[in-house]
Amino acid sequence: MKSYHAQRRLSLVFRYCLLALLAILWIIPIVWIILASFSYNDTGFVSTFWPKQFTLQNYIGIFTSDQFPFLYWIRNTLLVSLVTMVLSTFVTICVAYTLSRLRFAFRKKFLQIALVLGMFPGFMSMIALYYILKNFNMLNLGGLTLVYVGGAGLGFYIAKGFFDTIPVAIDEAAVMDGATKWQVFIHIGLPMSRPIIVYTALTAFIGPWIDFIFSGIILSSSGNAKTYTIAYGLYNMLHSTKGASTTYFTEFIAGCVVIAIPITILFIIMQKFYVSGITAGADKG
Amino acid sequence: MFKKHNKVQPPATYREVWSKGDVSFKLSFLLMGFVQLRHKQWAKGIALLGIQIAFWVWFIFSGASALSMLSNLGEIKSKKVVFDQTQGVYLTKLPDNSVLILLFGVLAVILLLAMLGLYIAHLRSMRTLYVQLRDGEHVPTNHENLHALIDERLHSTLLAVPIVLIVAFTILPTVYMISMAFTNYDGKHPIGFSWTGFKAFGNVLTGDLAGTFFPVLGWTLVWAVCATATTFFFGVLLAMLIESKGITHKGFWRTIFVIVYAVPQFVSLLMMAQFLDLQGPLNNILMSIHLISSPINFIGASASPLVARITVIVVNMWIGIPVSMLISTAIIQNLPQDQIEAARIDGANAWQVFRSITFPQILFVMAPSLIQQFIGNINNFNVIYLLTAGYPMNNNYNGAGDTDLLVTWLYNLVFGQTQRYNASAVLGILIFILSAVFSLIAYRRTNAFKEG
Repeated sequence: MKSYHAQRRLSLVFRYCLLALLAILWIIPIVWIILASFSYNDTGFVSTFWPKQFTLQNYIGIFTSDQFPFLYWIRNTLLVSLVTMVLSTFVTICVAYTLSRLRFAFRKKFLQIALVLGMFPGFMSMIALYYILKNFNMLNLGGLTLVYVGGAGLGFYIAKGFFDTIPVAIDEAAVMDGATKWQVFIHIGLPMSRPIIVYTALTAFIGPWIDFIFSGIILSSSGNAKTYTIAYGLYNMLHSTKGASTTYFTEFIAGCVVIAIPITILFIIMQKFYVSGITAGADKG
Repeated sequence: MFKKHNKVQPPATYREVWSKGDVSFKLSFLLMGFVQLRHKQWAKGIALLGIQIAFWVWFIFSGASALSMLSNLGEIKSKKVVFDQTQGVYLTKLPDNSVLILLFGVLAVILLLAMLGLYIAHLRSMRTLYVQLRDGEHVPTNHENLHALIDERLHSTLLAVPIVLIVAFTILPTVYMISMAFTNYDGKHPIGFSWTGFKAFGNVLTGDLAGTFFPVLGWTLVWAVCATATTFFFGVLLAMLIESKGITHKGFWRTIFVIVYAVPQFVSLLMMAQFLDLQGPLNNILMSIHLISSPINFIGASASPLVARITVIVVNMWIGIPVSMLISTAIIQNLPQDQIEAARIDGANAWQVFRSITFPQILFVMAPSLIQQFIGNINNFNVIYLLTAGYPMNNNYNGAGDTDLLVTWLYNLVFGQTQRYNASAVLGILIFILSAVFSLIAYRRTNAFKEG
């Protein structure tokens, strides 16, 4: 019995060491990004891990810059991502639930078409979307939001996989008791799918913060830096001002750190939704 | 299991509906909605009638001309000066904008097909109504029709908005880009272009772009396999490690990895490029602990192709494993525990449980998303574009570097110096064929599709 305990303890120590090692490996570049955002720098190039001289100037610079309206970028992105999150989650969950739990004539056909469409490179359609939005005078944040939501209908695979793991017996029992399919969806399907709704919402929310390609194509034609989203604004900061890019490099890092923090906090808060054993509990209960 | 292959004879033919139905049926063959209104199915009737009127108004005022212009994409191909006889002056004629003509042509075709589909659905529903009336069955009331939308026809309600979005933002642009591959839309014909058949395909497969296409294709495949396999496998292992018994503060551990994913990719990857630079911190650290004597050129313009490619795959693991860990955690937590409990009681060890129960179950749930990830990696624009921008240079390539994937090359062809729009559309189609072939093979090998 003693050796069994010793063995288990050894295994635990080993697992902890492995986990700690991996965690350090993963986090080092991130730590460096934060350190670099505090480093005093006039060469536009950070070559050491530990800064030679600390300064807050980068943060002051990014918030007060006239050339880069940082606060506008944050406001724009927040607006776009919140609307996108709500609408995209609604669309994705509707599609995933329907395809997983309901049976109807064109279900197989829908799955096949979705599969085929998913195989085209996503941003091959950029040029077409650009002209569509331009024609409707929507080369702005509203048009950008529409593009993000428009892509949500085909991103149902993970959510559908989740719904597939929930036993059908629960639905059938409710239908026996006289519930309509709508009631099953609202009172059983949605409450049980909280983890996947969170996952879907998170992915949708993150989208606008990390996309610099679509936002660049749609927003750049206005030429007004105040209408940019954060991703394109920051990316543009490094790439459009070719000669000056070195001057703003550490301010760019500071801006990146500022936006990465709220997103990270959001993740931490929402992690508790990944509760274990949802289906196991529901089926037994 | 028991699929019906023989079609059930319809209870009434359309000929019968036409000849024996009353006037409202006859009228409904031309104008949808009459028969529903006649039998007090107000909502259905008004909807059909309204859609139809809107369609015809659109068709007469813009649809018809959009369709007719599709045949040659506009008369005037380039700017020219013509003499106007009636006014006796020279006029400058600007080329027709083929981009817009093609776009609205495609839109018109899609709307026409949608209308045709609605008409066929309407014919079916009309026949059902006819049979119900003929056989004295219960005819659904307006209220029952509406109620069905939240019960037995709930799928139509839930899918209505998504389908409209998919058509507008995926199908329309995709069809548009496919048609573009059959034109001569490039830097030489920027405004007015015309249909040229398979000429652009020839350029890519055997012409001046072939020398770039095949090597880039090879690397794209190697990349997609390596990137998908590494992130999936290690993501599952990491999730299992964190979920394993005895590890406390699971949320904390997960968070550390999730941070990497939470940081926007254009930040983490642009900074990673700096981190790995010839004069960057990593080389400095490695040199200061005397692991290397001179800096390694990981991803620079003159790096060795092999080193750059390995670096790209490793950096992708850094970005991709946390995502895959999160997804597998959600799945692991939802796996039925009874099988695992039973196996434990029977004396199976952790590895046996993993190999024979947990991993197959995760694979089963994740199979469709894995195929998606593989296709996603074929199209993984960010990692390459932000990290290496296609470098190291390769002088034998036309507009691409050693780490360029087909999709970043596609981007270069549109937004770079070359402006080969039609060639980029051809590449898009070829990427599609590539993805289709691979997922077909994969789907045949997984059970997920049979169940789903």
